[in-house]
Amino acid sequence: MTTLAPEHVTMPIFSQLPPYVPRDQRIAHLAEAARQIRIQDLKLVHYAGAGHIGGDFSAIDILATLYGAVLDVTPGTIDDPDRDRFILSKGHVAGALYTTLAAFGFLRQEELATFLKPLSALNGHPNRNKVRGVEANTGPLGHGLPIAVGHALSAKLDVSRRRTYVLTGDGELQEGSNWEAMMAASHYELDRLTVIVDRNRLQQGATTRETNDLDPLADKAAAFGFAVVEVNGHDHGELFDVLSAVPFRPGKPTFVIAHTHKGHPISFMSNNAAWHHKVPSQAQLEQALDELAKIHPKAAPA
Amino acid sequence: MSGHDTGAPESIKESVADRPRHDCRDAYVAALAELAHDDHRIVGVVNDSVGSSKLDAFKKAFPDRLINVGIAEQDMVGVAAGLANGGRIPFVSAASCFLTGRALEQIKADVAYSNRNVKLCGMSPGMAYGELGPTHHSIEDIAWLRAIDKITIVVPADPIETAAAMRWAAKIDGPAFIRVSRMSVPKVYPEDYAFVPGRAVTLRDGDDVTLISNGTVLWRALVAAEQLADEGIAARVISMPTVKPLDVDAVVAAASETGGIVTAEEATTAGGLGGAVAETVVQNHPVRMKILGVPEFAPTGSAGFLLDRYGMSAEGIADAARALIS
Repeated sequence: MTTLAPEHVTMPIFSQLPPYVPRDQRIAHLAEAARQIRIQDLKLVHYAGAGHIGGDFSAIDILATLYGAVLDVTPGTIDDPDRDRFILSKGHVAGALYTTLAAFGFLRQEELATFLKPLSALNGHPNRNKVRGVEANTGPLGHGLPIAVGHALSAKLDVSRRRTYVLTGDGELQEGSNWEAMMAASHYELDRLTVIVDRNRLQQGATTRETNDLDPLADKAAAFGFAVVEVNGHDHGELFDVLSAVPFRPGKPTFVIAHTHKGHPISFMSNNAAWHHKVPSQAQLEQALDELAKIHPKAAPA
Repeated sequence: MSGHDTGAPESIKESVADRPRHDCRDAYVAALAELAHDDHRIVGVVNDSVGSSKLDAFKKAFPDRLINVGIAEQDMVGVAAGLANGGRIPFVSAASCFLTGRALEQIKADVAYSNRNVKLCGMSPGMAYGELGPTHHSIEDIAWLRAIDKITIVVPADPIETAAAMRWAAKIDGPAFIRVSRMSVPKVYPEDYAFVPGRAVTLRDGDDVTLISNGTVLWRALVAAEQLADEGIAARVISMPTVKPLDVDAVVAAASETGGIVTAEEATTAGGLGGAVAETVVQNHPVRMKILGVPEFAPTGSAGFLLDRYGMSAEGIADAARALIS
């Protein structure tokens, strides 16, 4: 197999559109960014020979929406104390985060070619000390939500309008630390905190239902004091409308259950637990890129 | 050795054992309040441990700046990391056994590996909880944290050093662990003592044998040296407040200039101060050593009783020194 090389990085750079851009144009922009991020991420995982492509693809529409239209942070304001914070709690989808950061100009695109290579800054889990734009060194599950609560508390102490978003997996919610943090979030009335759950219903080797069922998840989050909203996690319009409209209830943090599919939208990956960390072969890469090209006529070549 | 001497008393006329005793938590809360008064970024973070950390007055003075997440240590340390992300300087204050045991992975990933400006204050460490038993003893904390990169580990020996370590921790940008004793100790430092991280302090010079200690056991080592002096044995007493990074020069000098090294600490004999000194000695200047500490889950007893039982009375430490050089 060819190893990941600079010529495999072919992603265009996107920017956040200004607020006056009409909604449908904004949504189309997000859809194209997400499609390009998927194309690049597929190549990243294929050529690097490792990664978590299934979880990457369930989260990319959420990441693209956050960085493309929701978060008040740009490559120029990444050190601004009053920037919005995004914490990726499911750190194993680092590939999706890196490609998203590269798509929106936070990370030099050529750096993507070093993904997982010896001494690369782009480790299998993100490191904030090596990658600008990363807010926390995550990887062990159940760490992001407490960190997000701490940041939201700091914003409240500062009487700042900055917001905190954290993306967790759904299997990850089996870690008790999340529920400790959720109790604190509602106790401290952190209504500028938004927890997004990538509800793909699959964990490493089985469904969440078979493993340790999370349902009724919405009721649980509501019982923990959150305003709960459910969205299609692959619909950029729904994601944009919900994530940019928080808080929904004054004094309450928001819990967004984003219904997703692992591996979306690739036919042979979608909703298939085997693709948690499987690497696509050359034929599978070509098929997947072909499927992504058909979503949009302006597809980039492999 | 003068390079390591940062202002210890020239000679100790009266016995250290005769001095009044102090709970280091009092110095801790006084220093925290003073620091918080001067720097609005400083906040306290606790796991319901307001009373056991003696933070009631702090809470009254800074009601918004004492964050109590309830009995939830993982959340407590993660929240501290998030507060640091937002520019705050959190001092996490919790019983050392729960802080380090329950939240070890958060300490590793969210604080140390993330290199967050979080201060971890392990309250009532060692066997301070005495009769409450090994579940509440924190003899493992130093060994656990020594294995983690990037955290400076400080084990102050008296209220003066506790306050000095707090002032240092507030100044640096990075993670630190400070062990705050509950068991009362006499002052061993002059009031103008300046803590320097990674630097040992020679409290008493001698070249027959070296006693290296810190925390609640240091004053006992000083009394042991007094007893040895009466017999004509000159014991060097080195205070080693920073277990990581260790003052390698002071250890190597002690190994090469004296007849052997006894370490004594209110912590496990595996991987603590004794382990750190041994790693240094064996790789630089092998010399006979005795590591005094707590080798097991301790039976029921007060902290003082248990220290004596494990050979860390002044007499016990002196005995270990005699045996080493006999």
